[in-house]
Amino acid sequence: MIAERMIELFTDYTLRNVTIGSMLLGAISGLLGCFAVLRRQALLGDAMSHAALPGIALAFLLTGQRDTFTLLLGAAIAALAAALWLLAIVRTSRIKDDAALALILAVFFGFGLVLLSYVQRQPTAAQAGLKSFLFGQAAALVERDLWAMLAIGGPALALIAIFWPQVKLISFDPDFARSLGLPVRRFEVLLTSVIVVAIVIGLQTVGVVLMSAMLIAPAVAARQWTNRLETMVLLAAGFGALAAFSGAWISALGERLATGPVIVLAMSALTAISLLIAPERGLLWRRWRLMRQWQSGNGE
Amino acid sequence: MLTPQLEVQLIAVIIAAACTLPGVFLVLRRMAMLSDAISHTVLLGIVLAYLISNSLASPLLFVGAVAMGVITVWLVEVVSGSRLVREDAAIGLVFPALFSLAVLLISRYAGNIHLDTDSVLLGELAFAPFDRITLWGIDLPRALFFGSGALILNAILLALFYKELKLATFDPALAATLGFSPAIIHYGLMTSVSLTAVTAFDAVGSILVIALMVAPPATAYLLTDRLPRMIGLSVAIGVAAALSGYWVARWLDVSIAGAMATMAGIGFGAAWLFAPQRGIVAQALQHRNRRERFAVQMLTLHLLNHEGASDAVIECHPRHLIEELRWQPAFADAIVRRAEQNGFIRRQGEVLCLTEQGRALARDL
Amino acid sequence: MAFAVEIEDLTVAYGDKPALWDVDLRVPQGVLMAIVGPNGAGKTTLLKATLGLIKPAAGSVRIYGQPYERQRRLVAYVPQRSSVDWDFPTTVLDVVMMGRYGQLGWLRRPGRAEREAALAALEQVQMADFAHRQIGQLSGGQQQRVFLARALAQNAEIYFMDEPFQGVDAVTERAIIHVLRKLRAAGKTVVVVHHDLQTVPEYFDQVALINVRRIAAGPVREVFTEANLRATYGGRVAILGANGSAGAVTTPTPAPGD
Ligand SMILES: Nc1ncnc2c1ncn2[C@@H]1O[C@H](COP(=O)(O)OP(=O)(O)OP(=O)(O)O)[C@@H](O)[C@H]1O
Ligand SMILES: [Mg+2]
Repeated sequence: MIAERMIELFTDYTLRNVTIGSMLLGAISGLLGCFAVLRRQALLGDAMSHAALPGIALAFLLTGQRDTFTLLLGAAIAALAAALWLLAIVRTSRIKDDAALALILAVFFGFGLVLLSYVQRQPTAAQAGLKSFLFGQAAALVERDLWAMLAIGGPALALIAIFWPQVKLISFDPDFARSLGLPVRRFEVLLTSVIVVAIVIGLQTVGVVLMSAMLIAPAVAARQWTNRLETMVLLAAGFGALAAFSGAWISALGERLATGPVIVLAMSALTAISLLIAPERGLLWRRWRLMRQWQSGNGE
Repeated sequence: MLTPQLEVQLIAVIIAAACTLPGVFLVLRRMAMLSDAISHTVLLGIVLAYLISNSLASPLLFVGAVAMGVITVWLVEVVSGSRLVREDAAIGLVFPALFSLAVLLISRYAGNIHLDTDSVLLGELAFAPFDRITLWGIDLPRALFFGSGALILNAILLALFYKELKLATFDPALAATLGFSPAIIHYGLMTSVSLTAVTAFDAVGSILVIALMVAPPATAYLLTDRLPRMIGLSVAIGVAAALSGYWVARWLDVSIAGAMATMAGIGFGAAWLFAPQRGIVAQALQHRNRRERFAVQMLTLHLLNHEGASDAVIECHPRHLIEELRWQPAFADAIVRRAEQNGFIRRQGEVLCLTEQGRALARDL
Repeated sequence: MAFAVEIEDLTVAYGDKPALWDVDLRVPQGVLMAIVGPNGAGKTTLLKATLGLIKPAAGSVRIYGQPYERQRRLVAYVPQRSSVDWDFPTTVLDVVMMGRYGQLGWLRRPGRAEREAALAALEQVQMADFAHRQIGQLSGGQQQRVFLARALAQNAEIYFMDEPFQGVDAVTERAIIHVLRKLRAAGKTVVVVHHDLQTVPEYFDQVALINVRRIAAGPVREVFTEANLRATYGGRVAILGANGSAGAVTTPTPAPGD
């Protein structure tokens, strides 16, 4: 039965959309999340995904459409605005990034709630479903959503690929990049926008609250297995897809197992395992090597 | 007795005050994002305690929730303590995992209880007056009772350990050498944060808990340099955000918690722009003034360097200054005028000359 | 004489606190020049402003007679303290190859030529054995040498180095000075912020004494005098050499702001 389910994941129409959609999200956000983690902005994703809510509500209020693309465009604009305001606060005041993050997260989200509660009083019938952005609704993914994911995720990945040497250099040593004359500011905006893309893709599947895990966990897991950025980025994409696949599978097996949280748990488990047993870095691995050394030292 | 309307406001004010007190130290100790983590993960504590006790009224729920908040902080420290993950990433690993677990447990085993995940995030302050308890013959909203408890407890803790908190915040190393264990202070503060979050989130939702813990202290931090004043201001700002948010929400008929968070944000935005010394506008004015004063000094220095030299006629010509010092013509005009007004230079025909005063200024530099 | 670097009337301020006042400095081509001054004198600021990393309040910088922006490829820079993330997933060789990115242009990928150049640069600082280590798994002095190698890989005409001898042992110091001399022999210009006054006459041809203003600059023999050093360091200098110019050493008085 378990194996049958696994086949169904790709043959059954609804399940196939859920599985492929989640895997796409896992791969894209895993890959792009590496830059958030490496550039010390791990929690920026959390703040931006919360900040997307007022954008979704505003897009709906202004256009009156529940069309996914319109709503996600609103989400992207709000998230980017939040990120830019955050950077401005940190640069121009004594507020540190942790406080700025928490503040923006809560304030934007609060404003989103205000708008949502306003939307809910509107007579428009099509308002239902906005709330699904809170926790995501992978089960509701349709084929069009998959194409939408590819349509926004693809260009983001392509940009990273085209400017790979520059992206790598700027992530590692922005001061040096500046001394070579690279437009570092513009690249920083690019990398932030690219994370916005990942968030926008993830909102439908895992929702606002759990999105940050999709960005952070694959990157952290992948980092443990390699010392090369190229490998790390690909591994993170792989881990993200793998976790998404297992999540979709497990939630298809059981009753009342929402896909988003299961994916996040699978991703967390993968990360925990990586932190423990990855060669060279893993905690257990290091302890084991220490024991081996100690034994061979005693043996002489 | 009190109308529900007044009760809602009273609850909001008390919770706002209770949240800002530990919030001040979260902001100063750069741990604001822990409020985000804690206010989400307490849900897991509640669920686990419910599954054990099988009752929503059990005090175990409260204990479990507070404990889970502290456990979250501890887990974050374990993960970042491995040196394999930075602290911000550790927070981003730990709390979504615990929160996911809570969501799954609820939907699988506790689907029939009122633990609705939406309301955890959003809160429903408007309903708080209807959840009442009677203590010592007084009939009170439960949130009011627990909120006051948290506020009083936080105030007492602050009064008792003010000195230690202050020391451990600004100089943890010194605090340790003086025998105040930073770990105890840290976990004490986190327990207070967790306890406050648990008390508050039932009524106002976890998002507003974060907003109230972080936004008022951050706003106050832009307005003052002194800790006691910052604490007082934070409480005042938190209360103001709660009250104004309430009335805005009533007026527009929208989410109360959302409106309060929005008002807290607007307050912060206003301080960020217009704070007397640290605001953007004040900074820009100071910057301009400094730039002009500095330019005047530079002008005198430049004139001094070329005084009496053979090329003085060229070097001290205003047009040459524009090139040499790379000033815009309008800016150069303004500076020359300012220097003239202050009596540092005077014009001799086409050429600028230093006065005695100007020479003294240049030599001083 | 051709000047590699010409700095005129350079003034830099952080807020309203001037770090450099009206500094003029000319660096002839093909010399090793030391920049000397107490902590907080503005040496790092001078390099950064020269490289356009901070915006000066006034003054101009020319590299071979042209503004810096046009001559960027001719210049390499080794910062005093690199603020990079040492846990970044990148190897020593990768870091050194980054020195080639300036020449690489926008769309080309680093290939074999870049790899060879990077390996050669590592060889010069005797770090070739560490090429495949992760960058964090090095000692402080080794990390310093990697950043030196990155600058060498840039194959520039002018090198600015901010305290490359900081925290390296005597053997490494010898190795680095050997590299610098090879650069000079190849006609390159090297400007080094240096703290050890005793070795200035041995290592360098030219010296600039800086303390917010330029105190003096020129050939070591003419400029490195007791009077100039006193003017630069205030009373905190004890001259060792009998003739008053052979060598000097700072007393261990801690400077404010360090
Ligand atoms: N980013 C900054 N903001 C404000 N002031 C600064 C900044 N950087 C340097 N300063 C100040 O400018 C002055 C010159 O600094 P600089 O780093 O150029 O000194 P330095 O000569 O390199 O010193 P050291 O020998 O310690 O490296 C110092 O007084 C320093 O405090
Ligand atoms: Mg320096």
